[in-house]
Amino acid sequence: MSGPNTDYDPVEVTPLKADQVEAMREAALAAIADAADLDALKQVRLDHAGDRSPLALANREIGALPPQARKEAGQRVGQARGAVNQALAARQAVLEAEHEERMLAEETVDVSLPTTRRRRGGRHPLTLQSELIADLFVAMGYEVAEGPVVEAEWLNFDALNLGPDHPARTMQDTFWTEPADDHVVLRTQTSPVQARTMLTRKPPIYVVCPGRVFRTDEYDATHSPMFHQVEGLVVDEGITMAHLKGTLDHFASQLFGDGITTRFRPSYFPFTEPSAEVDVLCFVCRNVEPQSCRTCRGEGWIEWGGCGVVNPRVLVACGVDPEVYSGFAFGMGIDRSFMFRHDLEDLRPLFEGDVRFSSAFGTEI
Amino acid sequence: MKAPLSWILDLVDVPAGTTTEEITDRLTLTGLKLEAIVSPGREITGPLVIGRVLTMEPEPQKNGKTINWCTVDVGDANGTGEPQGIVCGAHNFAPGDLVVTVLPGGVLPGGFEIGARKTYGHLSAGMICSARELGLGEDHDGIIVLPPDAGEPGQDARPVLGLDEETIEFEVNPDRAYALSLRGIAREVLVSVEGASGFRDPAVRDTPAANDQGHPVVVEDAEGCPVFVARRVDGFDPAAPTPDFMVQRITAAGMRPISLAVDVTNYVMLETGRPIHGYDADRLRGAIVVRRAREGEKLTTLDGTARTLDPGDLVVTDDSGIIGLGGVMGGETTEISDTTTSVLVEAAHWDAVSMFRTGRRHKITSEAGKRNERGVDPTICEAAADRVVELLVEHGGGTAHPGVTVVGTPPAMPVVEVAGDLAARVSGMSITEEQSVECLRAVGCEVSGSGILSVTPPPWRPDLTDAQDFSEEVIRLVGYDKVPSVLPTPPSGRGLTRAQQLRRRVGRTLAGEGYVEVVTFPFVGEADLDALGLPADDPRRDLLRLSNPLNAEAAFMTSTLLPGLLRTAGKNVGHGTTDVAIFETATVTLPHHAGPAPILPVDRRPSEAELEALDAALPAQPLHLALVGTGDAVSGGWWGEARPVSWADAVEAVRAVAAALGLEVSASAVELAPWHPGRCAELSVDGEVVGHAGEVHPTVCQAFGLPKRTVAAEVDLDLLIARAVHLRSAPTFSSYPVAKEDVALVVDATVPAADVEAALREGAGELLESIRLFDVYTGDQVGEGRKSLAYALRFRALDRTLKEGEAAAARDAAVALAAERTGAVQRA
Ligand SMILES: [Zn+2]
Repeated sequence: MSGPNTDYDPVEVTPLKADQVEAMREAALAAIADAADLDALKQVRLDHAGDRSPLALANREIGALPPQARKEAGQRVGQARGAVNQALAARQAVLEAEHEERMLAEETVDVSLPTTRRRRGGRHPLTLQSELIADLFVAMGYEVAEGPVVEAEWLNFDALNLGPDHPARTMQDTFWTEPADDHVVLRTQTSPVQARTMLTRKPPIYVVCPGRVFRTDEYDATHSPMFHQVEGLVVDEGITMAHLKGTLDHFASQLFGDGITTRFRPSYFPFTEPSAEVDVLCFVCRNVEPQSCRTCRGEGWIEWGGCGVVNPRVLVACGVDPEVYSGFAFGMGIDRSFMFRHDLEDLRPLFEGDVRFSSAFGTEI
Repeated sequence: MKAPLSWILDLVDVPAGTTTEEITDRLTLTGLKLEAIVSPGREITGPLVIGRVLTMEPEPQKNGKTINWCTVDVGDANGTGEPQGIVCGAHNFAPGDLVVTVLPGGVLPGGFEIGARKTYGHLSAGMICSARELGLGEDHDGIIVLPPDAGEPGQDARPVLGLDEETIEFEVNPDRAYALSLRGIAREVLVSVEGASGFRDPAVRDTPAANDQGHPVVVEDAEGCPVFVARRVDGFDPAAPTPDFMVQRITAAGMRPISLAVDVTNYVMLETGRPIHGYDADRLRGAIVVRRAREGEKLTTLDGTARTLDPGDLVVTDDSGIIGLGGVMGGETTEISDTTTSVLVEAAHWDAVSMFRTGRRHKITSEAGKRNERGVDPTICEAAADRVVELLVEHGGGTAHPGVTVVGTPPAMPVVEVAGDLAARVSGMSITEEQSVECLRAVGCEVSGSGILSVTPPPWRPDLTDAQDFSEEVIRLVGYDKVPSVLPTPPSGRGLTRAQQLRRRVGRTLAGEGYVEVVTFPFVGEADLDALGLPADDPRRDLLRLSNPLNAEAAFMTSTLLPGLLRTAGKNVGHGTTDVAIFETATVTLPHHAGPAPILPVDRRPSEAELEALDAALPAQPLHLALVGTGDAVSGGWWGEARPVSWADAVEAVRAVAAALGLEVSASAVELAPWHPGRCAELSVDGEVVGHAGEVHPTVCQAFGLPKRTVAAEVDLDLLIARAVHLRSAPTFSSYPVAKEDVALVVDATVPAADVEAALREGAGELLESIRLFDVYTGDQVGEGRKSLAYALRFRALDRTLKEGEAAAARDAAVALAAERTGAVQRA
C-alpha cells in the first residue's frame, strides 16, 4: 500500500488508473455472471467485493493520490464498486429464486398417498334417527320427554287403560322383574313417559318420547327383545283426530320427503279411542305401479305405527280433566322406520355392534 | 280369523260383480284388516275341466306297468269338440265316469306345465288329475272320480272341487271379538260394503222353549256363568263322516277336522262365535254343576295335561267330579270318542275376565278360550245349541232329545249417554247427530233421545262401554280416510333440555375421537360378571333379575355396560377388524330393593305421595358411558410405525368428553376389576368419583376373546352432565413476554406425577401460566426405584413484564413445595 500522500505531489498510483478500475469492474461483473450457484456467488462476493478484493484495495489507495486527484479516482472506484454490488444483488436474487424453485421441486410428494392415520368414529344410526325425529318435532314446538326403562307396572299398563285383566296385555309380551309382586316391568312401550308427562305437567302438552322398549320376542331378522320407539303426545283444548292426521302427515313428509302422506285404518289400542293404524305412503314408488316395489312389498303403503285420540280414562288417571282437554297420541318404531328408510331387511346389524355398520353412517343421517 | 268367502256370502248379499278385493278393501278401511286372500286353486291356471271317459284300453308295458289309453269327452273345452286322447296310469275308473281333466296349456301346482306329449306310443293331450296333483291332499290312490251329477263335460272343474273357494284372513283386534265369527264378519260386510243387503243372522232362529226334561244343570256361580244351555242328541252314528262342505270350511278357517260331533261344534262356533262343548252323554254321571274350583282340585284336560286348579277357575262337574274347565277346555273323562252315540251339547256364556285369567294361569290357548275371554254375545246360547243339534241330527243320523235346559238369563247391556256431537268433536269432521245415530244403529245399537243420546250397544259388542267407544264406531263408518289433515298450533317450545343437548355433544365428541357407537342388549348373566373378574362383594353384582328372561344365561339387567362392550369388541376382532374403538351410552340398572311398586287407582290422579312411592320402588337407572379400544390407536404406514392403544387413550377419551362439558378430570390409581391392577385410573371431577379407565386385565381380555392391552372406561354420564359448566366466563390472558423455566425433579417411582404437578402449581403461585410434563425418565442416571419428571413452566404476569429473577424465584418456590410434599429432588 502506498503511504498517505499528504504533500499533494502528483503520484502515479497504478490501481487507480481508469483502465485498471474498468478492468476490475469487468472482471467482477464477469465473475458474477459466471457464478452458477449461491456458493459460487459467495466466493465471487469475497473475491470481488470483499475487503481484500481489487476494488477494495484500490479504494484504499485513493488516499495516496494528491488531493486534487482523489475526487476523480474516488468517483471512479465508487461507481465500479456500486455496479459490482448491484450486479451481486441481482445475481443473488436470481440464484436464490432458482435455488428455491429447485428445492420446491425436490420436495414434491405423492399427494395420493393414504392419509388416514386414526380410525374414524361414528354414531349409531338409531341414535341419529332418534335425534332427527326429535328435531323435527322440536322444530314444531314440541319438547322431548324421557322416563325410565325399568318402569312401574301401573305406569306401563294400568294408567294407560290396560287393567290387569285386559286382553290387550297378552298382545304385549312383557319382561317382568323379580320378585314378581314388585309390579315392575321393562317398559313395553314409551307410553309410560306420556303418563309421566301428564302427571307432571299442565296442558298444553306437546311432547315426543323416543326411547328403548322391551318385549319378550325371540331375536331374529324382524324381531328383537329390545327396540326403539318414538311416541308423541298432545293434550290441549279442542284437539281432534284431524290434528293427529295433520301432525303425522307433516312428520311423514319431513322424514320421507315432500308429498309423502299417511293413511289411517281403524285399530285398537287401550290408550286411545278412537284408535288407528298409520300407514305411510311408500316414499320409493309413491303407490305408482307398486307391484315391483321392494320397499313396500307391492302395497304402495308401509305400516308405520299406531295412533289415536287419547282415551278419556287415561286423562282421568293422569289428572287431566277430559271435560276441558282432549289429546292425541301416536307411536312408531324407530328401528322399523330406519329399516325401510335405509333399505335394511334384517334388523340384527343394528344390535350386533359391527363397527363396519355404524361407521357407514358417520355422524349424520 | 280366516273366513271362506262363500260362507260369508251365505249370510249376506253383495251387489253382483263386487270383487273380493273390493270387499276386503272396505273391511280394511272400517277396521277388519286384510291379512291375505288364499285359495287352494291359486296355483292352477289354464283349462281344468270336467271330462267324461268315453273309452279306456289297458295297454301292458315292457316295464310291467299297465297304462290306459283313454278318450275323454271334454265338450268344447279343447276347441274342437272331438274327444281328447289321454294316457292315464290309474285304474280306479271306468268308461262313463266323470273325471277332472287338465288340457294342454294348463299349469298345476309346482309350476307343472301340461302339454301334448308323445308317451307310450300315443300323443297324450292332457292329464286326468288326482287329488294330490291338484294340491288337494295326499290321496294318490287314483284319479278323482266325480259324482255323476257333478256337471257336464267341458265345464270348469274348479267350482266342483272347491278350488276357486277364496278364504279371507283378517286381523281381528281385541275390541272386535264379534269378528271371530262368520256372523260378525257378514255383519261388517253389511255395514261396510256399499250396496250390501240381506243379512241372514245365523243366530236368529226359532228355538224350542226351555223345559224340565233336559239334563239337570245347577249353576252355583251365576256371575261366572250367567247362561248355561244344554241339549242332547241320541242315536248318533259315531262313524258318520263330516260332510265335505264342512270339512272344507273348517279346514279353510284353520281348524283340523276330527269327527262329525266335534266338527259340528267347531262349525257352529265359527258361524256364530259361540264356543260349544260336547260331552259324551253316556259318560256323564248325574247333574251338571257349575262352580268355582276348590283349592287343590285336579283335572286332566283333554289335551292330556293334568292340572291343579285355582279357586278362581270355573269348573263343570258331575257326580264323578270335575269334568271340565268351563269355557276353556273339557276333561278327558267325558270326551267325545269314536264310540259316542249320545252327545250332550253345552252352550254357555262365561265371564270374560275369568276366562282370561284361567287361560293365562294354565297357559291354555284354544279357539274357544280366545272367544270366551274377549266376550261373546250372551243372547245366542240357545240358538247356537239348537244349530248344533240340527246339524248332528242331519248329518249324524241322531234324534234330538226333547229336553231343553236353560239356566240363567243373559246380562242386560248398559245404556251409555253419548253427546250427539261427540263424533264430530273427536274427529274434527262435520258429522251431524243424524249421521251419528244412523251409524250407531247400523252397527246394532239402540239409540234414543237427542242432544245427549241414550245408546245401548248390541249384545255382541261388550267392548262398547264408554261414550268415546261409540264415537269410534261412527267415525270408522264415516271413514277414517275422510279425516282432514290439520296442524295444531303448539305454544312456543323450549327446545332440547340442557342434558339432552349435552348427551348429543358427548356422542359427537367420541365420534370425533374415533370411537364408533354401538347398541347392545342390557341382559347379562353371572358368568358375564365372572368374566369381568368382579369379586363376590362387588356392588355391580347386585342385579335386577328378570322373571321371564329369553335366555337363562342372561337373566339380569346389567349394572355395567362393560360386558356388552367387551363382547362386541371381541366379535369385531373375531370378524377380522383388529383395530376397534367403540362406545355406548345407555342406562344401567342398580336395584335398591325398595319393595313393591303400588298398583294405584285409575279413576283419579294419584297423590304426590303415591307417585313418589312408585318412583321409590324403581331401581336407580343412571346413564352410563363406556368405551373399549383395542389394536392400534394410530395405524402404521408410510409416515411411520403404528401406535397401539394404551391405558392413556381410555383416560384421554373420558377427558375429551369431560372437556366437551367444560370439566376437568383428575386421575388417581385404584385397583378395580375388570382393569389391570396397576393400570386403572379412578376418574374424579371436583373430588367426586365419576368412573374408571385404563387397561383391561389380561385374564378379562382373554375371556372376551380380546388381545392383551385392550383398554376400557366406564363413567356415570349423569354425574358428568350434572356438573357440566353452563356459563363459562371469558378468559383473560397476558400479552407481556413469557418467561420459561424448565425443571427436572427426581421422585420415588411410586409418587404420582399428578401430586408433583399439583405441588409445583401451588408452589409457583399466580405467576405460573402453564405447566407441562414433557419427559419421564427412569434408569441408571436417577437410580433404582426412582424416576425423573421434567416440567416446562411458563410464567407471566397479567399487568407487567416480569422482573429479572421473578420467574426463577417462583420456580424455586415451586420446586421447594414439590420437595416438601413429594420428596422431589431437583436434578442437576
Ligand atoms: Zn313402494
